Parts: sequence; structure tokens; C-alpha cells
Amino acid sequence: MRAVVLVRPKPGILDPQGDAVQNSLRELGFAVDDARVGRIVDLEVEASDADAARREVEQMCRQLLTNPLIESYDIELA
Amino acid sequence: MTDGRPRIGVVTFPGSNDDRDALLALEQLGAAAVPVWHAEERLPDVAAVVLPGGFSYGDYLRCGAIARFSPATKAVADFAGAGGLVLGICNGFQILCEAGLLPGVLRPNASLSFVCRDVVLSVERADTPFTAACERRQRLTIPIKHGEGCWFADTDLLAELEARRRIVLRYEDNPNGSVGGVAAVCNEDGNVMGLMPHPEHAVDPLLGSTDGALILGGLVEAARAASSPRAVAATV
Repeated sequence: MRAVVLVRPKPGILDPQGDAVQNSLRELGFAVDDARVGRIVDLEVEASDADAARREVEQMCRQLLTNPLIESYDIELA
Repeated sequence: MTDGRPRIGVVTFPGSNDDRDALLALEQLGAAAVPVWHAEERLPDVAAVVLPGGFSYGDYLRCGAIARFSPATKAVADFAGAGGLVLGICNGFQILCEAGLLPGVLRPNASLSFVCRDVVLSVERADTPFTAACERRQRLTIPIKHGEGCWFADTDLLAELEARRRIVLRYEDNPNGSVGGVAAVCNEDGNVMGLMPHPEHAVDPLLGSTDGALILGGLVEAARAASSPRAVAATV
């Protein structure tokens, strides 16, 4: 089963990369008031069904893919 | 002990690049420095361990996140749990945070720039094994060289750490955006410390400051005083 993990800096966490992207977009003339930069992890997971896959991927997020102090995550299953 | 010198291990991960400087500095300060390869499941007979600077596993995912899985890191965690002295420098600090041996996390510098220069540190605690050769409020000049040295803890965690005197060194002029200007933290028992500055690059007058010798020299003396040598298995 295909899973996509979206990792984001938590709200309130300083994101200098997002700030740099926002400033650059504004330089190009785009009216951007906020930009945050995260990470995508594409996974192919062996699981019997979607619930099992989600549980597995949540464990992956907690144990490795994110640092819960600074990052949140969303899981999309396809 | 080897001919009276305390044995201190320095772990080399794939991508470590300050391991040799750490070995050299420890030898210069009177220790018998012992190289430890990251794949070793048991630590050799040592009284202290240093996790050196560098870019273990290319800093993939997050700095320090992959080195946490090295067999030697698990052995170091057991060693620390048994009261062993562990010092993490730069990438070693990042690894200790990711491994849960120290609080907080290191993030990209607020400036997004790699910073490489001497910084002035204030000694917040002189009663740890790593700062026993310093005086409280003493100012140390030690270089930093990192792109991800912005230590972060949320407000509650920082308040708890401040209350429990876990902040050991602070930047005089915050070079990376660390909350509270934190440059070094220790664990609750004080036997594990991580710092972003590089004391191993500041032990010889030829390189400028020798203030790093106060930190590493303190570690050498603490290792000398540490009880019986030990070898701790990676898994029990």
C-alpha cells in the first residue's frame, strides 16, 4: 500500500527556510504572507488493510520520520 | 587505566570528521584516547566516551537521527544509563538529543548560514564533570562550526530545564538562534553533556584559544576519578 507522509514544522516553530522562501517569492512579485517548508516521505508499506497501514506509518512517524518536539505529520494512504 | 592514564573512547560514525581532533586533544590532555568504530556493539574498557563532531550519515532526515541506530550508540546509551561519562560535541550533541539522552533538538541556524568562528560562552554550572575546571560565570572562547546548532525546547521544557539547572553553557552573543542562548545541556544526573562549540579545536595556543582544554581537561580528570573501568554490553 502506498503511503505519503507530510512532515511540517509545528505552528509557532521558527522556520527560517520558510521565511527565506517567502522573501524570495515576494521578490518575484507574488503576494505571499506566509511560507512553511516541510518534507514528504513516500512509502510502500506491506499491510493487510488501510487501518493497519496507518497504524504502521504512525509508528514510523513517532519513532523516526518526525521529531515530535518540532514537527507534526499527516498521513495520506492511496 | 593505562599506565595511569584514564581511557576515553571516541566513537567514529560514517561521516564523523572531528574524531581525530578529539583523540589528539584528549591525548594531549593526559588521556589514553581509544578509537571506537560505530559498528561495535560493546564499548572497550573506557571511563568516558566522546561522540565527536561531523555529519554522521550525511545528516540525512535530521542531523543525528540515523546515528541513533548505530550499535555503538546503543552501547553508549547503556554506558550512560550506568552512570558513565558521555560528552557529545556538535554532531555528537545532535545524536544525543535524537537518541533521547539529552533534552531538546538541534535545528538549522536561524540565519540559515553555516557559522564558523570563535564564540564567547558563559559557564552556568561549574559543578559538572565537564566544567569542574571552570568557575561559574567564567567566559570561555571556543569555536563553533555548524549549520544546525539552533537548540530548541518549548517554553515548558526550557523552564523545567532552567529550574533543574540543566543548562551548562550559554552563548554571550547567540550565533544560531538557540532558545535561551543555550550552548550546552546536561542530563538529570549530570554525567551526560552535549555542546555545539568545539573544545577539541581550542586546546593548543597555536590555534588561538586554549579554553577548550578546561572542558576536555575536566572530562579527563573526571574519567581519572571515575570508579572501576567498565565494559558495557550493547544489549542485556
